[in-house]
Amino acid sequence: MIEITFLLMLLIAGYGFGRYAEKSHYRSIIEREQQLSGIPAVKSKIPPADQNFQSQLVTGNVVISVDYFKRFIAGLRNLVGGSMNAYESLLDRARREAILRMKKEAEMLGAEYVFNVKMETSIISINAKGNVGSIEMLAYGTALIR
Amino acid sequence: MLVTNIESVPGRQIRKHLGLVQGSTVRAKHVGRDLMAGFKNIFGGELKGYSELLRDSRQEAVSRMIQQAEAAGANAVLNVRFSTSSITAGAAELFAYGTAVVLE
Repeated sequence: MIEITFLLMLLIAGYGFGRYAEKSHYRSIIEREQQLSGIPAVKSKIPPADQNFQSQLVTGNVVISVDYFKRFIAGLRNLVGGSMNAYESLLDRARREAILRMKKEAEMLGAEYVFNVKMETSIISINAKGNVGSIEMLAYGTALIR
Repeated sequence: MLVTNIESVPGRQIRKHLGLVQGSTVRAKHVGRDLMAGFKNIFGGELKGYSELLRDSRQEAVSRMIQQAEAAGANAVLNVRFSTSSITAGAAELFAYGTAVVLE
């Protein structure tokens, strides 16, 4: 009985705090994306040849963890298959946050573009059951400074 | 030392290719940080300690790569890539590699 109560408490805490954290994170992501929209992150490898740019590597990374409730739901989802919304939003947030941090670094250098943006995902911690705990997202590219 | 992840530098010609240079570092987690990470696993959110740890380690890997490029007599490293792999539970290798070149 105590174990079930403890599990329920963890689920409720995870649901409440996790939801709140995700909402406020999305708000701040959207706000900063608008602020930094002046520096486009370009996938192209070929920089504009007609102008003289200084180039420098910029990176942005974030380690983000999924909450207890979502991990529980994802565990259930594993039984029946289908799309895992819990992890989809986690990865989406992490990726956008990493790009924002990369752009922020580029902004501080006075860059005009970030070229050849690459993304990389790696798993930081896996618990005993084999569930993913937290992931690292890395975004890097070349800042072109006039 | 110029470090980029595109294959050319705008407005400058590559005079000589010096081959692949690399730098890597293996980092372990911190017990205190791991404890905090345990809490975060319940509530969700960013693990700031880990973000910083990985960023610093990656910079270390890049600076080792630059040292190697300097030793080879290069003045730029192009087409840099990063890679991360977990060696054992609790330790990760951060790896950076690129092509060392001499620019005119």
